[in-house]
Amino acid sequence: MSKIKAENVNVYYGSKQALFDVSIDIAEKEVTALIGPSGCGKSTFLRCLNRMNDVIEICRVEGSIKMDNLELNSRKLDVVRLRENVGMVFQKPNPFPKTIYENVAYGPTIHGIAQSKEEMDQIVETSLKKAALWNEVKDRLDEIGTGLSGGQQQRLCIARAISVSPEVILMDEPCSALDPIATAQIEELIDDLKKEVTIVIVTHSMSQAARVSQKTGFFHLGKLIEFGPTDKIFKNPDNQQTQDYITGRFG
Amino acid sequence: MNSFKKNLLKKRYNAERRFQWYGKIAIGLALSFLAVFMFQIFSKGYSAFQKTWIVTEVHYDKELLLIDAESPSKDDLENADYYDVAYKAMTSLDPGLPEEEDRQLIQMVSYKYEAEVKDLLLKNPDYLGKIVPIKLTASDDVDQVHKGNYPRDIPEQNRRVNDYQLQIYDMLNERGDILSEFNISFFTSPDSREAELAGIASSFMGTVFSILVCLAFSFPVAVLAAIYLEEFAPKNKFTDFIEVNINNLAAVPSIVFGLLGLGVLLAVFNLPRSTPLVGGITLSLMTLPTIIIAARASLKAVPPSIREAALAMGASNMQTTMHHTVPLSMPGTLSGTIIGLAQALGETAPLILIGMVAFVNTIPGTPVDPAASLPVQIYIWSESAERGFVEKVSACIMVLLAFLILMNLAAQIVRHKFEKKWS
Ligand SMILES: Nc1ncnc2c1ncn2[C@@H]1O[C@H](COP(=O)(O)OP(=O)(O)OP(=O)(O)O)[C@@H](O)[C@H]1O
Ligand SMILES: [Mg+2]
Repeated sequence: MSKIKAENVNVYYGSKQALFDVSIDIAEKEVTALIGPSGCGKSTFLRCLNRMNDVIEICRVEGSIKMDNLELNSRKLDVVRLRENVGMVFQKPNPFPKTIYENVAYGPTIHGIAQSKEEMDQIVETSLKKAALWNEVKDRLDEIGTGLSGGQQQRLCIARAISVSPEVILMDEPCSALDPIATAQIEELIDDLKKEVTIVIVTHSMSQAARVSQKTGFFHLGKLIEFGPTDKIFKNPDNQQTQDYITGRFG
Repeated sequence: MNSFKKNLLKKRYNAERRFQWYGKIAIGLALSFLAVFMFQIFSKGYSAFQKTWIVTEVHYDKELLLIDAESPSKDDLENADYYDVAYKAMTSLDPGLPEEEDRQLIQMVSYKYEAEVKDLLLKNPDYLGKIVPIKLTASDDVDQVHKGNYPRDIPEQNRRVNDYQLQIYDMLNERGDILSEFNISFFTSPDSREAELAGIASSFMGTVFSILVCLAFSFPVAVLAAIYLEEFAPKNKFTDFIEVNINNLAAVPSIVFGLLGLGVLLAVFNLPRSTPLVGGITLSLMTLPTIIIAARASLKAVPPSIREAALAMGASNMQTTMHHTVPLSMPGTLSGTIIGLAQALGETAPLILIGMVAFVNTIPGTPVDPAASLPVQIYIWSESAERGFVEKVSACIMVLLAFLILMNLAAQIVRHKFEKKWS
């Protein structure tokens, strides 16, 4: 089933066009990986899905992006509601300089999800457990989140993102700052999460894309060159450029 | 290595050594200026923290006090006539002096000696009818003689203390009846025409009230302006124009703000003259751009990743700003505010223009009472010719400097203690 359907998306930074007619169908409760050389527009596309490009003043998005038949690229869209449903994990871990507890509780607080302190404690605990961080931090929830290690910070950010039970989670190179062990933990987590959520992940690691995703899209110079089941993209791509990229001949 | 290369290397090292020396000399110069300045102030001013007293005896004679009642009430003591009793207390220092020369003795104490005589009895009603020792504030001339600031060997007609008074002073000094004690009244008394009585209480309170008013007006306005400009305003020609003008405002000479205060606050809004209210508002015009600039700089210093994190969680712009950006920028904003206030603390010109230069011999209790301020007090006293005010000027500068150092220290502490480290 399709969760997000993008049609002819064009994105401009000022007069410079960053995405050209991108059309893509993202399936529900699957992991979709976006790969491609640096600067090809993967992040730009990802940020269209939760309207984070709004923050960039010179950025202009054209085309249609529908999530469950709701037009995302519309002035009338309630961006706050959208972002409650579409969580994001950034390339560089960016926990708030607040306590671990406050980091996870922030989303539920502003969206009024928990009715009581007990409920909030419960949400914080399950989120941290899902993010495979609970055992490491359960005794120091009132310590500052920025005091954790890089891998722990990233898992804290994931816990923060899932605390509001979003339907979609966008991940922009979530493992690029992490060591192999932390990376493995996060990949495991992604596998777990996809039972309930739709995940779109940008990655520079071919092996990661192959491991975690069911569908893969290959971007090049702002165009979506090829999109299809991960197996097919990696074993038997239709396009020569895709073939060259995944075999490491360019990019 | 060939000789050309060697030479080049040597030149480079020499140039670096020379440069380091220039730097050291510059720092040395700056420090020695500071040392000379401090030495000047301290050597001149420290004696103002000492006050000279003359000890004599007073006889609280009921007849001279014109008290009839057997056991007089507080009111009776309050309304009694202390003129003769006080007069006698001084003339008793030299009973042989002909009456027409009495003034010479009276001049050795402050003109408030009668009040001091009265105060002692009011505090100790049982002294009535007794002869008791009393401390009277020495006149500033005797004070200066005692502190060694007046040369005694110049001809009598050039001296403010004549030979006879010097003789009495020496006699008292030998008996141990000239006391030198810590000058509490310098801190608790308002200004006075007489150097020995003048204190900084009114100007100190004036400064405190002005700074508080200044803070109350400038801080909220500046912080709101900074938040709006930095977080919400669209970046266009108009906001650029505003930004340039805020920077210009910070460079406007303070006297211009004084004129503004005079022309608008006093003339148009009819606020009370010479008051810390008007002074504080005028000063807030000056601190406003300083705080705006500091607040914007510290808002800018909050990493965009924190904003993105909050926005991506579904926080509105307002929530992102209020929950994350503003709290994180507060240490920088606060220390900028304190530094802005410290600048305002030393301002003189605008306060003179709005009339805070008036002679005020009461201690202001509210921001709408007339008051002076510390820098203006320094200015007023430095205009006085009497030697007694010279040391007061330096002492007042010391108090002002102490105030400034405290504020800058506070700014440092705020900055270091509350600054958050992000990832
Ligand atoms: N804020 C911006 N302002 C102007 N141009 C931008 C901005 N962000 C991205 N671009 C441009 O858009 C193009 C796509 O950038 P994008 O960040 O989407 O690439 P990417 O595929 O995520 O690259 P990377 O793998 O290096 O993260 C690039 O050419 C970049 O220069
Ligand atoms: Mg990117």
